[in-house]
Amino acid sequence: MAFGAFSSATPVAAEPAVRRRSPIALFLLLPGALYLSLFFLVPFVSLVLTSFKAPGEFGDIGEYDYAFKWENYVAVVQTYWPHIARSFGYAAVATVLALLFSYPLAYFIGVKLRRFPLWQALALTLVIAPFFISFLLRTLAWKQILSDEGPVVTVLQALTVLPEGAHITQTPAAVIFGLTYNFIPFMCLPIYTSLERLDLRYVEAGGDLYASPATTFMRVTLPLSMPGVISGTLLTFIPASGDYINASSAFLGAPDTAMIGNVIEANFLQLQNYPVAASLSIILMAVILIFVSAYIKRSGTEDLL
Amino acid sequence: MATSFAEAGADLELVGITKRFPGFTAIEHLDLTIPAGSFFALLGPSGCGKTTTLRLIAGLEDPTEGRILIGGKDVTTTKTFRRPVNTVFQSYALFPHMSILENVAFGLKRRRIADAQQLAHEALRLVELDHLAQRRPSQLSGGQQQRVALARAVVNRPALLLLDEPLGALDLKLRRQMQIELKQIQGDVGLTFLHVTHDQEEAMTMADTIAVMNKGEIEQMGAPEELYELPKTAFVANFLGQSNLFTGPVVSAKGDTIVVDIAGRKVAVPRDRAQRHAGEVTIGVRPEKLALSTAEPKESAGVNIVGPGRVVDVSFSGVSTQYQVQVPGLGTMTVFAQNMAFGPVVNLGAEVWLTWTVDHGFGLADDPSAGPRFEPDEDTTQIATQRRERLEAELEGA
Repeated sequence: MAFGAFSSATPVAAEPAVRRRSPIALFLLLPGALYLSLFFLVPFVSLVLTSFKAPGEFGDIGEYDYAFKWENYVAVVQTYWPHIARSFGYAAVATVLALLFSYPLAYFIGVKLRRFPLWQALALTLVIAPFFISFLLRTLAWKQILSDEGPVVTVLQALTVLPEGAHITQTPAAVIFGLTYNFIPFMCLPIYTSLERLDLRYVEAGGDLYASPATTFMRVTLPLSMPGVISGTLLTFIPASGDYINASSAFLGAPDTAMIGNVIEANFLQLQNYPVAASLSIILMAVILIFVSAYIKRSGTEDLL
Repeated sequence: MATSFAEAGADLELVGITKRFPGFTAIEHLDLTIPAGSFFALLGPSGCGKTTTLRLIAGLEDPTEGRILIGGKDVTTTKTFRRPVNTVFQSYALFPHMSILENVAFGLKRRRIADAQQLAHEALRLVELDHLAQRRPSQLSGGQQQRVALARAVVNRPALLLLDEPLGALDLKLRRQMQIELKQIQGDVGLTFLHVTHDQEEAMTMADTIAVMNKGEIEQMGAPEELYELPKTAFVANFLGQSNLFTGPVVSAKGDTIVVDIAGRKVAVPRDRAQRHAGEVTIGVRPEKLALSTAEPKESAGVNIVGPGRVVDVSFSGVSTQYQVQVPGLGTMTVFAQNMAFGPVVNLGAEVWLTWTVDHGFGLADDPSAGPRFEPDEDTTQIATQRRERLEAELEGA
């Protein structure tokens, strides 16, 4: 299961010190290596080259020549640093919120429903069910629900919780809400996989050793489900920081909530400013890589990856 | 929560404990008192309710009925983590994400006892594993994990230490060694030990008192020698060692002995070693109390003679040889003979007589063909009701 990708609970067994190199192993690697080089390595190199391109001599829109214009990066950061900061800010808040919603849900399904396999299967299906509908449609549906004439705003204004003329859509809150909503299954499923195989005898042992239920949770259950939490947060944070649907004006956002994804999209598809889009993409990738490796290092779960 | 060490072991008292699970009854009206400082073994086959009893005492299950008292204090509704009890789990249940030292110090830290590290090291020294304190449980062998589990429980000096088949996973040699160590630790720290096991030899070696449990009830309780020499029920006679059992009517009950007619033979049993003195009774004798002779022995007072029979199986087991003797009318009898000479004393197919001193016989309160005590309760509506109740209770609690 892809969701369990990061969450192997069993510690990695010590590899045999010497492993014979066999041509068969290399042969078996071939299809994967070919696929990766064709569909990842080549586009990546092309992306890097594009990011250093300079405008063409004749100045036509969308025409660029190969160059080593590293100033592209400086310009991009100077222009778009608010978008970069916003992206990671929104993604971080959405990740925390998704974690707060998902952990109890995953705990309920993985631990409390363990003795009722039918209910467990049903609950899991419900978690995955949103995937049956395109997430564009779901996000549009939220736009309807949260729109100025929609039920939520009307009710909140009637209750005077929301002042007259206030919006929910086109605010950072709506974008973060959309990100949280869309990524909850990605957070929930890996945590569920971790909790589902949590040996409850450890929890019993915690109680037997004078730990209250709260202490047992903090000292035993949570640490043992950390692999799920880590993979869940990564599966949420990484795509959320590159997301451009929720934040776009056509959905829950506004121009002033635009994230890096929106800027990249605009530069690639509308402005045809390929070097800017490419250098932004590479900055996004680099920042995520730095974040993620620092996070994994800090949580001390390198061996789980 | 106990914030200091127990001064000494505490009495454990179970009053009218009943535990029902959906579909079956695990324990039926169990009364049990374990005096402070004793090493008590609960012995029985798997599924007899002994582990459930242990879990009830630890607070991991709630009794359907009855009360649990530790040191005179009712703990029936006390939560697990507030009970002055520690358990050595059958699965060890060592926390895989902590080092050995952290595992052992876990209980001490929860009770905020000063010098937790120091005491944990001492407990590890007691089980001779201090040099592995920084390892993870997965890096230890099964026997070492077992000893860590023991240290993790003992270090808390609980009033009552529960051991759930703690030596089950060990090989024979290590098990012997651990039995001796456990007994020594119990003597050193003076705690009350409640040891649950299906290994009758282990129970007899280690415990001061054994309660033999069968189908949710205690069949017999007493010192190991007492239980072995004078079993009161067919279950005890067969579960604790082996027995030769015969059933027949009592033909005379004069003086100190009762005489039972077994397929035409008169077999005497001391009156005070028999539970029933009239009607159809089951009597028995332990295999090592029987003597084989190849010639018909002379009748003499105080000796039972059975025979002639034919030796149908001889198996040599080192210190003794086990013979199976087919006696017409009595069935197959087992005889253990000490190997005082080289090789078997009698050969396969030999005609032999069996003799034993009347004093070694015992009379049982029941007969071997007793049926199941609990009828399986497999009524599905019952199971469904109990499941629903449990789910509702859980949803409420969540």
